[in-house]
Amino acid sequence: MASQIVNELKYLEGATLPILHALQENFGYVDRRAVPMIADALNMSKAEIYGAITFYHDFREAPAGKRVVKLCRAEACQSMGCEDLVHYLETKQGIKIDSTSPSGHLTVETVYCLGNCALGPAALIDGALVGRVDKELLDAVCAERPHERMEG
Amino acid sequence: MPCAQSARMSGWKGDKMTTSPITIYIPRDAAALSVGAERVVKAMQDEAKKRGVDLKIIRNGSRGMLWLEPLVEVVTAKGRVAYGPVTQKDVVSLFDEKFFNGGAHALGHGLTEEIPFFKNQERLTFQRVGMIDPLSLDDYIAHGGFVGLKKALAMTGADIVQTVTDSGLRGRGGAGFPTGIKWKTVLNTHDEQKYIVCNADEGDSGTFADRMLMEGDPFTLIEGMIIAGVAVGATKGYVYLRSEYPNAHKIFGEAIQIAKKAGWLGKSVNGSGKAFDLEVRLGAGAYICGEETSLLESLEGKRAIVRAKPPLPAIKGLFGKPTIINNVMSLATVPWIMANGAKAYADYGMGRSRGTLPIQLAGNIKRGGLIEKAFGVTLKDVIETYGGGTASGRPFRAVQVGGPLGAYFPASLLDTPLDYEAFAAKKGMLGHGGIVVFDDRIDLARQARFAFEFCAKESCGKCTPCRIGAVRGQETMDQVIAGETAKLGLVKELCTLMTDASLCAMGGLTPIPVISALEHFPEDFKPAHKLAAE
Repeated sequence: MASQIVNELKYLEGATLPILHALQENFGYVDRRAVPMIADALNMSKAEIYGAITFYHDFREAPAGKRVVKLCRAEACQSMGCEDLVHYLETKQGIKIDSTSPSGHLTVETVYCLGNCALGPAALIDGALVGRVDKELLDAVCAERPHERMEG
Repeated sequence: MPCAQSARMSGWKGDKMTTSPITIYIPRDAAALSVGAERVVKAMQDEAKKRGVDLKIIRNGSRGMLWLEPLVEVVTAKGRVAYGPVTQKDVVSLFDEKFFNGGAHALGHGLTEEIPFFKNQERLTFQRVGMIDPLSLDDYIAHGGFVGLKKALAMTGADIVQTVTDSGLRGRGGAGFPTGIKWKTVLNTHDEQKYIVCNADEGDSGTFADRMLMEGDPFTLIEGMIIAGVAVGATKGYVYLRSEYPNAHKIFGEAIQIAKKAGWLGKSVNGSGKAFDLEVRLGAGAYICGEETSLLESLEGKRAIVRAKPPLPAIKGLFGKPTIINNVMSLATVPWIMANGAKAYADYGMGRSRGTLPIQLAGNIKRGGLIEKAFGVTLKDVIETYGGGTASGRPFRAVQVGGPLGAYFPASLLDTPLDYEAFAAKKGMLGHGGIVVFDDRIDLARQARFAFEFCAKESCGKCTPCRIGAVRGQETMDQVIAGETAKLGLVKELCTLMTDASLCAMGGLTPIPVISALEHFPEDFKPAHKLAAE
């Protein structure tokens, strides 16, 4: 499967990022074992491939939680209280930002800007952009409860 | 858009629709989706079915009045009538009040184009965004699409470049470098392969114009890139899009496929015999990729380490080939300039800032969104007249313009006009036109610390002033915040060093927010302030 992805994309100009994105999309992370495979296909060194994986914030070397919240913590969302949400998650929900909960249920990560700066605080919840994020919404995510603002 | 209005008016009889459908617009823009546009679409469809109303829903881009999203527009004989912000719970009452005939409702705003926020703009780059179906070539062409390209195809490369130069268009990515000059260098550099690269790595907080355009009028960017390719003899274009924009990725990808199928992209652009092809590449969450040389490294599949200049990308760019690298806004403005002439564009603006600026009003603001205005409008006008003050209702205290590397301005500087030089004169930066408003709860010492923290996280690591300076700055600001205000001298020294010795704007401009915070808000750096705050 991984080698199939690599072989399909290796002919692109500058194929490293497309390959890494495709691997992560399929497997949820970029496994260390893929590094020599990509290096070989692109005629690059393993160090160059590993260097690329670690340079970019997007690529994971281990699977994320079942649900992933990418919370924007850039200035526009700061002005609307995103740091209060971070504090709330850490103190009330016991979820440390930029890590995965021990149960493996939830990963909360910092991102800088989702381009939704007039409707902050913003977050990508399981890939879907949500504006005006509040504590109630985060409670629902933490409790694995459905919430009307996350449907559709 | 084809004239569906008159048909719909006559189609309504009592409680049943008879013939032609009612046309409504609900955006597929990410901001609208983020507050429930998709749920409104579904509720509208269900309700229409229940009532036997023949409803045609067009998924447009956003009109840019983001506080009204999801904004539902109904086509009427008088024009499009706006309702917003609409939630799925409002749908039944909208039908009860016959919104599909433009009926009065608590969420009604009358004609969209008469809403003052929208009416008082000069929309050139954004002329079609929110107006049309972003993925309909017919709609695009009916609203002036490809007029600029057709003109360009009949011109020499040198004449196209001259037109862009004469328009006074400057790079909208941040540096404000004249676009025509870049193009001229690529035109005059001979090589069998040249590239057009679009910088869609819109990473500045408070900015979303690139995203809105790519979602709301993607063919404009495609057209602009084709014109650039035709002008300088480049046959391949790449759009480097940030991965934080999955919705734009989807819509723009669909637009490319549609343009290919219709022959606007490919071996012979619209039968002209000139080839141009286009591909989107996703970034991977690195702010530094907005810097053009690091973006090129990333496109080449490497760590996005900033390159030393010279050589300029115009001479040795992507894969060492001559490359035009421009921001989305710059490229998307070219079709308007080609269609309407350089002078028509240059007639807008002030001083050396010609044309219009897509302003993005964001942060703690009552009415945030996209405002395209000729250069020269003041910050005060934007924040108060358009924005209506803070969202929280608390007093305004500071505004950061130009993203994370831009200055924090206090109320006393709000009469500054939006103009590259006017901002530079006040030690600020217009950048990509993002304006982030803060109320009186902002702590500028913390913001100064954050500027360093952000730089430490996002530095590519190539040059020492940025890589080490940002970390030291963050540490020193921690000490200042803890009460060691004597350390501020060290912070200032560090800022001078980073400004003078960094390789690119990341390290070089990080001191701007820090110094502006210190200069305009010194009270936030005093220990007494800290005690009072706690």
